[in-house]
Amino acid sequence: MTATLDTDGPRTTTGAVGGGSPAGRPAWRGLLVQPVLVLVGVAAFALWRSTADLSDTEQRQLGWSALRRSIVDHLQLTLAAAVIVLLIGIPLGILLTRGPFRRAAPVVLAVANTGQAAPAIGLFVLLATWLGFGFRSAVVALVAYTVLPVLRNTMVGLQGVEPRLVEAGRGMGMSGVTVLLRVELPLAVPVILAGVRTALVLLVGTATLATFVSGGGLGLLITTGINLSLNSLLISGAVLVALLALAIDWAGRVVEHVARPKGL
Amino acid sequence: MSETTAERTGATASERRSTDREVSGVSIRLEGVTKRYPGQSTAAVDAVDLEIPAGEMVMFVGPSGCGKTTLLKMLNRLVEPTDGKIFLGDDDVTGQDPDQLRRRIGYVIQAGGLFPHMTVATNIGLVPGMLKWDKARISARVDELLDLVGLDPEVYRGRYPRELSGGQQQRVGVARALAADPPVLLMDEPFGAVDPVTRQRLQDELIRIQGELGKTIVFVTHDIDEAVKLGDRIVVFDVGARVVQYDTPEAVLAEPAEDYVADFVGAGATLKQLTLTRVGDVTLQSPLVARAGEDAADVVRRATAAGEQYVVVTDRRGRPISWPTLAELSRASTVPDTVDDKLPVVGLRSTLNDALDAMLAASQGGVVVTGRDGVAGVMVVETVMAAIQQTRGQVEG
Repeated sequence: MTATLDTDGPRTTTGAVGGGSPAGRPAWRGLLVQPVLVLVGVAAFALWRSTADLSDTEQRQLGWSALRRSIVDHLQLTLAAAVIVLLIGIPLGILLTRGPFRRAAPVVLAVANTGQAAPAIGLFVLLATWLGFGFRSAVVALVAYTVLPVLRNTMVGLQGVEPRLVEAGRGMGMSGVTVLLRVELPLAVPVILAGVRTALVLLVGTATLATFVSGGGLGLLITTGINLSLNSLLISGAVLVALLALAIDWAGRVVEHVARPKGL
Repeated sequence: MSETTAERTGATASERRSTDREVSGVSIRLEGVTKRYPGQSTAAVDAVDLEIPAGEMVMFVGPSGCGKTTLLKMLNRLVEPTDGKIFLGDDDVTGQDPDQLRRRIGYVIQAGGLFPHMTVATNIGLVPGMLKWDKARISARVDELLDLVGLDPEVYRGRYPRELSGGQQQRVGVARALAADPPVLLMDEPFGAVDPVTRQRLQDELIRIQGELGKTIVFVTHDIDEAVKLGDRIVVFDVGARVVQYDTPEAVLAEPAEDYVADFVGAGATLKQLTLTRVGDVTLQSPLVARAGEDAADVVRRATAAGEQYVVVTDRRGRPISWPTLAELSRASTVPDTVDDKLPVVGLRSTLNDALDAMLAASQGGVVVTGRDGVAGVMVVETVMAAIQQTRGQVEG
């Protein structure tokens, strides 16, 4: 081509090709610290657990199989609620940013806000008196309590996509659905995933309350510890929940890092 | 005087237009196109009739809020007309499926509107993809288009928009709009967000591309200089998209239809005529050209013999990279290959106005003119003065 072309050359050096963000390395370093902390915590707990002199009651709750049972219950609660939260929050968030449904957004957000603003323990007990005690009502309460961050971040993420880009997409002949799938959602992914991670961490913490409605989980250790004044149980439960929350938060960060669209 | 000016410039303009351009565009005809928004008493666009000939670049100018952008967006039905008909060629498009229609109309917006999460190649290949072209054809087309807009496919096809300068993004935006070879191109203030130097280059490029392709282009701008430079015709709009004048740039400058147009065109219309003369239309001086890496003393000797003060240095591909004085050159043993970022360069299709701008900003008091095969010559302030004298002489004679 003509010689004038090459003078408005690239602003970035070729090193950036391939989409690796300049901030990529520090981000990865941050991602490495957290699992190390979690592993150290787990190791410390395991060490204490195998060397501590435990009474029978303590042994019953802190036995490896009992512990595994509590952790698995806890994860099941978290996972079941998370799946439902995603299935409700993301589609609803998308819907509330589309044409005519936009007007309903304040109302729905208000309802979701109420769910989160209500004291979690109250929510658990109220739902249990209505739906009966057990796993199911615990999950329903967890969903009501954590749907907001996912819903709100989905909406904020989609609203944050430049209208210019949506118009460019429509202007080149993409249908509304295609623009949503190929432009809006990919660009909103970082914000949506941040909401999902927030919800997951909230879920892990809040699932400890499931024990009040016979939903199982690590909350059992804590309540037993309080009721019987057994600090070993109380602290074990609290530490395990914290480690679990940190681990899930880390997994969420990794997913966010990997799923972030290249080029952003 | 204005009449003779119009006659004269009219001749050069028709010359410019009749450069055997291959026309691949179709005509656009608007009949009583109207847009009313609910709750507003006056129409945003009020019964516009307009005919845009195939293969021409027509500029929509007017103050902001006059409805020119709304009118543009009705052409690809991003805005649905309340009333009226729009024909592309002989097809009435007001009843067609808008998505199908838009795949046949290129659309360029400010800053390119590139999707940041897709590579340059993916961005350009979007419309061909929707038209179900096979992969090999799309990738060949992407490379062809990157070449057309002056970006090396090897370097740029895998990049993300973030890694491009504003001007490059805009080039990719144009390439994307041209991807499926649409007969019509709509451009909505495409060069509004780039710096003046880049804008001038992009304008020159657009003229070149249009010369090669002969699309029908509708171009919205609020910059009358841009309209005069690029347009085969200019439509001046007033509020409600009322067509005040639809004419060649020469006529709009020389004989504004109403006081409104004269106001809009602004003072210095005579000076704006500089925008109508291309660098390629005037006689250029031929400089002494040396390649980077040549023996400096030898070059200095030749330049002294030729009575030159400056030497244009080119790279291996013949593109100018710097324009040092003999004194600067004699300090080195070989001709240096350093690239002067501030080197004033214009193309043969740039206007005298652009050239004057560039040379006033340059320390050398001139500009290097590049053509297809590298350096075409140099131009100094005196060259422009001579061209003005000549124009004046023609007008008076």
